[in-house]
Amino acid sequence: MVLAASFVEDLVRGTLQGLPPGAVYGLIAIGFVLAYKTSGVFNLAFGAQAYVSAALYFQARNEWGWSNLAAFVLAVVVVAPAIGLVLERLIFRHLPPGSSLAKLVIAIGLSVALPNLFELIVGFEPVAGRTPEGLLPNGAGVFYDPLGLYSFSRDELTALVVAVLGAAALAALFRFTAIGLQMRAVVESPRMTELNGIRADRVSAFSWALSSFFAGLAGVLIAPRFNTLSAPDFFNLVVVAIAAAAIGKLVSLPRALAGGLGLGVAIAIIDTFLPRIVERQQWLEPIQENVTPAVPFIVLFALVTLWPELRSSKEQTDPLAGVDPPPPTPAALTRSPWLTRITIVFAVCFFLVAGLVVFLRADASWLFVVTQAVILSTIYLSITVLTGFAGQISLCQGAFAAIGGFTVFQLADRFGMSVLVGAVVGACIAAAVSALLALPLVRLGRVWVAIATLAFAAFFDAVVVKLPFVGGGGTSLLQGTRVPRPVIGPWDLADDKAFLVLAVLVFAVAAYVVSAVKTGTVGRTLAALRGSEVASRSIGISPTRARVTAFAISGFLAGLGGAMLSIQQKNVNYASNFAPFAALFWLVLVVSLGARTVEGAAYAGASFSLMDRIIFQGTFIGWILRSEDRIPGVFPLSPKWRFVLFGLTTIAFAKHPEGLVENGKRNAHVRMAKLSARRDAHREPSADDAVPGEAVA
Amino acid sequence: MTDVLTLDGVSAGYGPFHALFDVSLAVAPGEAVALLGANGVGKTTVARVASGLVAPERGQVRVEGADLTGAAPHRFVRAGVAHATEGRSVFASLNVEENLRLSFRRALGARGVAGALDQAFEQFPALARRRAQLAGDLSGGEQRMLSMARVLVEAPKLLIADELSLGLAPIIVDEIYAQLERLRAEGTALLIVEQHVSHALALCDRVLLLEHGTIIWEGPPADAADRVVARIFEHGEAG
Repeated sequence: MVLAASFVEDLVRGTLQGLPPGAVYGLIAIGFVLAYKTSGVFNLAFGAQAYVSAALYFQARNEWGWSNLAAFVLAVVVVAPAIGLVLERLIFRHLPPGSSLAKLVIAIGLSVALPNLFELIVGFEPVAGRTPEGLLPNGAGVFYDPLGLYSFSRDELTALVVAVLGAAALAALFRFTAIGLQMRAVVESPRMTELNGIRADRVSAFSWALSSFFAGLAGVLIAPRFNTLSAPDFFNLVVVAIAAAAIGKLVSLPRALAGGLGLGVAIAIIDTFLPRIVERQQWLEPIQENVTPAVPFIVLFALVTLWPELRSSKEQTDPLAGVDPPPPTPAALTRSPWLTRITIVFAVCFFLVAGLVVFLRADASWLFVVTQAVILSTIYLSITVLTGFAGQISLCQGAFAAIGGFTVFQLADRFGMSVLVGAVVGACIAAAVSALLALPLVRLGRVWVAIATLAFAAFFDAVVVKLPFVGGGGTSLLQGTRVPRPVIGPWDLADDKAFLVLAVLVFAVAAYVVSAVKTGTVGRTLAALRGSEVASRSIGISPTRARVTAFAISGFLAGLGGAMLSIQQKNVNYASNFAPFAALFWLVLVVSLGARTVEGAAYAGASFSLMDRIIFQGTFIGWILRSEDRIPGVFPLSPKWRFVLFGLTTIAFAKHPEGLVENGKRNAHVRMAKLSARRDAHREPSADDAVPGEAVA
Repeated sequence: MTDVLTLDGVSAGYGPFHALFDVSLAVAPGEAVALLGANGVGKTTVARVASGLVAPERGQVRVEGADLTGAAPHRFVRAGVAHATEGRSVFASLNVEENLRLSFRRALGARGVAGALDQAFEQFPALARRRAQLAGDLSGGEQRMLSMARVLVEAPKLLIADELSLGLAPIIVDEIYAQLERLRAEGTALLIVEQHVSHALALCDRVLLLEHGTIIWEGPPADAADRVVARIFEHGEAG
């Protein structure tokens, strides 16, 4: 009897304990569902928006000495909706309804760009140890303990109450008000809403202001949970919240809140009881610590892959989409062989010159960034295959790369195996994991693939990395995850120049393989699937086989690149190199520069590691002016501009999914071709005029 | 009396594609006009220009004399133009009742909604049985009835009906045309875009024949029949 009573008591305590974090998940889940319902955007930038408000509140209160209320009004009531309005007006209004993949990519770009832009404008620097404070005075110091089992802090109660009230208020808004109905109508078809006499642009602006207000509110309320405000933490919280939102099928606000609370409570209860089970069942010990952080991601992954109803609540297409002008025709549907030849000749010349300069003149730090650029280009080729060829957005390339890195580390550390062999083994393991992961994903829509891979990346980050046989466990905390440089016969790669040669060789082989894939059967199959899955199936193409192959190749390349990066840095450096939020920027870079070509990956690699050094520090201007003293005073620019710049270029993804550089290059080529055609024909070409015009004349 | 709709020298298209070339037409109050032509000659574009969905590149669009060229569609609606678009013209993600509420609320204010709903369900009992069902799950005929029900409660000055009969069973087409007849009796002008010629000819006062983006003939329905048939068969289209 005593045992039973204590069991119930523990159960209740666990439940109470789980409510505050559950309320946080619920708050974000509500905001996420709100944005999805009213704008059709899978708003991964929700965390970034919440972060901006939380940081602004903190800055106004602690740095500028404003009162709580004034800081709240600024951060949540004014700035948060204003951000939403700007995003709607400048970006999302111009996207046709239903372009969910483009919206997702833009949201990913924004989640990289917004926090950095904010930090640059306000001059905010996340400083460790300055704990954010809540809305109410002394929120972390006053406690309430209604049942004598668990004491809620005032901050926690505030978040809980606001989450419940917010869900109720928003549900009522959708259920009972005209604007609620109008917001749902506009998501489906702004034009048809207009035909009902309603101003669609105002409704959509209101939707964005409302969901952004909610993002700001959630940000300020959850900030006290963190020791330090940082954008990646907010992003990770959004991934957890998506799991809660998925429980509500992404449309139900009360169920999203319930999902959030449920997750919080489930985690707390597992935390309470698992240790006791483990006491009796010793073999469970290694997983004990890792079960709870993994729960949301396992739930999310399982829901996405195993619950078809979630996916079938797919968006409705706009019946009036035909009113839009057709998308601008790509400058050329296939590249002319001339363009390819010119590109190759240019690239060879450029690399010869650049290579010579690097070899003869570069110091150690330049060698480091150049080598890093080459290796990252190899990793980015994995995105070229998956996103460019297969049209799938994967957010777990960082995890694949880390698998390569950790394999090299483990094999070298435990068995003294050669790191080059280790790199190949690591790449193979990454390929196998990637192919396995692909199996449940190949039949999902593209947006769901992105979400499922995000769940996997978060799972890898929260659990797998901490396992001793992956990340090294406790010993790696002290010694790091050290990786030696290899020696091939007389060739000692501890020398940085020698290692650069190896990195270039690896990249060259990878680039050759990728271009062979592109022109080979796999590439053509993937291109067909990208065009129309139904049409491809009807001519006997198996989407499963083609996509699993693409995932495997991509995993191999990422794993290989990750291993090379670890060897170069002589350490895996997981957190700074491969964490999910860091890897988001990879995708942003490749997609904005050119996801369909090898050069695109190379540009992305160069941009990642060289842009800061060459452009932002003013070095390039210095070269042009031939004197370092004449570099204008605005330099050096903050490296954060890099994130802002590329984050914002994803906006172009909707119009130019092949990437900016590729698009520019093709446009230039077409213009050249037109010019020469004009010269030949001595007349105005009328290629742009439509055929009906002639018929009437 | 001012024409309820005037298109004056309108040219329009979609981006680089031109669909209409110097189209002029007028619809008088209470008049029923049929716009006929083969597939792809620009009939739907005329309808879209007339309701503001497509802004003309050249020319002017007037509703009851007021220049609405380039205005957003909601201003056309508020001026009394209703447009039942080609294909699905209901919100698939809203249920039947919400679809109706959306337009009644704007047209009649919060107080008028309940009465209008009753009236609509009385007129279309089939919809009343499905009031909580998502409009996307309705059959094609039921969807068309739903879009008619939205229009019928407060008779507009002009109804643009684009291919209302497309893909529907003949009995439902008859019913829809009966509703159009009723609307007309209440004084609503009609601009009917059709490939289904016989119904349109029976209903309308005047026929416009469109070809390659221009109006090539205009006249009474009695004279139109032969021409229409000839024209349409010339292009290999069975009306």
